[in-house]
Amino acid sequence: MVETLHNLALGFSVALQPSVLAYAVLGCMVGTIVGMLPGLGPLAGISLLLPATFGLTPTTAIVLLAGIYYGAMYGGSTTSILMRIPGEAASVMTCIDGYAMTQKGRAGAALAIAAFSSFAAGSVSLVALTLVAPPLAGIALKFGPPEYFGLLTMGLIVLAYMSGGSMPKTLSMAALGLLLGTIGIDQMSGFLRFQYGIIELGDGIGVVPVAVGLLGLSEVLLVAGSGAPAGIKAPRLGELLPSRAEARQAIGPTARGTVLGFLIGLIPGSAHIIASFVSYGLERRLSNKPEEFGRGAVAGVAGPEAANNAAACGAFVPMLALGVPSGPITAVMIAALLVHGVAPGPLMISEQPALFWGFIASMYVGNVVLLALNLPMVGLLVQMLRIPYPYLYTGIIVFCVLGVYAVNQSVVEVWIMVASGLAGYLLRKLDFEVAPVVLGLVLAPMLEMSLRQSLAMSGGSYWILYDHAIARSLLIGALVLLALGLRPFLMRRADWRTRLEQDGL
Amino acid sequence: MPQSSQPPSHGLTRNRVAGLALVAIAVGIIWESSKLPLGSLGNPGAGFVPLVIAVALAVFALLTAFLDKGTPAWRSIAWAEAPRAAGILAAGAFAALAMERLGYRITIFASAAFLLLVLERKPPLPVLSAALLLSAGTYYLFATLLRVPLPLGPWGV
Repeated sequence: MVETLHNLALGFSVALQPSVLAYAVLGCMVGTIVGMLPGLGPLAGISLLLPATFGLTPTTAIVLLAGIYYGAMYGGSTTSILMRIPGEAASVMTCIDGYAMTQKGRAGAALAIAAFSSFAAGSVSLVALTLVAPPLAGIALKFGPPEYFGLLTMGLIVLAYMSGGSMPKTLSMAALGLLLGTIGIDQMSGFLRFQYGIIELGDGIGVVPVAVGLLGLSEVLLVAGSGAPAGIKAPRLGELLPSRAEARQAIGPTARGTVLGFLIGLIPGSAHIIASFVSYGLERRLSNKPEEFGRGAVAGVAGPEAANNAAACGAFVPMLALGVPSGPITAVMIAALLVHGVAPGPLMISEQPALFWGFIASMYVGNVVLLALNLPMVGLLVQMLRIPYPYLYTGIIVFCVLGVYAVNQSVVEVWIMVASGLAGYLLRKLDFEVAPVVLGLVLAPMLEMSLRQSLAMSGGSYWILYDHAIARSLLIGALVLLALGLRPFLMRRADWRTRLEQDGL
Repeated sequence: MPQSSQPPSHGLTRNRVAGLALVAIAVGIIWESSKLPLGSLGNPGAGFVPLVIAVALAVFALLTAFLDKGTPAWRSIAWAEAPRAAGILAAGAFAALAMERLGYRITIFASAAFLLLVLERKPPLPVLSAALLLSAGTYYLFATLLRVPLPLGPWGV
């Protein structure tokens, strides 16, 4: 403990150097802007700006990239709350209640809650990252393909069980997303699936065009012609901050989201996305008033925001302590470190303590910088709602097209976004939740690979999923939840989901 | 989010229409998956997982269609915004089609002008200003500042 504090002091002596501090602030600012632009999430932002770090020292490079990462995580929630456009996939769940709060004239409160929850979760997770990184990373390392298969299956069933709509409808949407995720090259055999001669589909369907189309474009299509989104109210000056009751309602979800997000963040995969989905479901399940979810529940903003920020922190544990990327973003950051001749992993902690602890300390600093930068901007950001809706939605369409095109410079992705927008419009007309499609799309490649790798390990025996204790527990848990979720449906007994659906919520 | 609170119907309901449409999609995917190497249970091929998921989709869709507890009738869906939504989708499709032919700035200018002038019937001067700001402003932000390569048109615009 004393040694950790000593090391952290060393880290702060590096992070508070003016040049390093300046790059932390710059990273947070750029990240926030990048996160706010639809389609340009943390991955695209870091990838685009990676070449700009080549001239920097390893410490400033990693500090800048980390700033962009968590800045983008925060920025993504802004457009989700104000326009129902997720800047990146982890903000999908924030769209639901954040935007509903905006419709009720509580945009400022929603943005402030998102900022505070992100800050609290980021700060607590950093302490956890500092103290418990190596032992927890060891547990995550024990996860092999059978455990991943169990975890991902459990994640999907949890999502369906926790969701507000009917379970078969949610599972239908998740299955649709999983099917979209199977498009492209089969990673095990190299066989091209459902490509139909379109070269760009060889790499599969991107998450960004589908998420922007299903969530952002479909929203514009649904409210087209109404002059303004139904019931949207631009807040008055006094309504910019959360009320005391709203602040109280945010505390529990923030705490739970932090713990949940950090633990999920340790496990390789698109952790911050899964964390926000699971947190939303958990909050809805725990709530005394689940009917408020989707109508502007504070917990629906605070929980997912805390979870995705905590998961972003947790994802650094395997990256820094073991050199194992926990997802595409940390993979790019490892690549950035390798360019500078630094190999992340246990040796980095002992051989380059200034870099390792400087990076940790810069995250503490960055977290404060983000709050200081973004909270005063809440009033400015909500002014966007005063723009006449025809001009606002035209701008949204332009940013959707541009953001989607910018990721891979591919018009095929713009077509995918347009098609997803139409699909989202029709599905939402038919009372389907579209967010599970996005999660299914993200999880499909991991789910398929983990199943087929498990079978390859066992020589084709499915008993491997039972023989591994963690996988067994997760799959049994998933089956129990599935049975519990489907029971009222099959018994034709109205459970809370059906009542919500029949009430039109 | 579901958006209606109409009384439950027992005829052609939304869930029934949606469920049957999803079954049709699932059947199509099962058909397409069967053209891929399926492998065996112990050694799945490229078509195995899509086939299994498509079957699962069909099952869930059938549950949605036939075990629903009386969701609102299909006819109760209001389509008042549909013509305008079609116009917006057309603008998006035009952007996809024209982006690499006419260049980013001309495409965005034309799309924005179409949305505001034709669809929303706004006065020409603010429309042209907004379209110009959106096309030139976003080009400057992305192409110039963020160095994202955006396509140029035939006249280098």
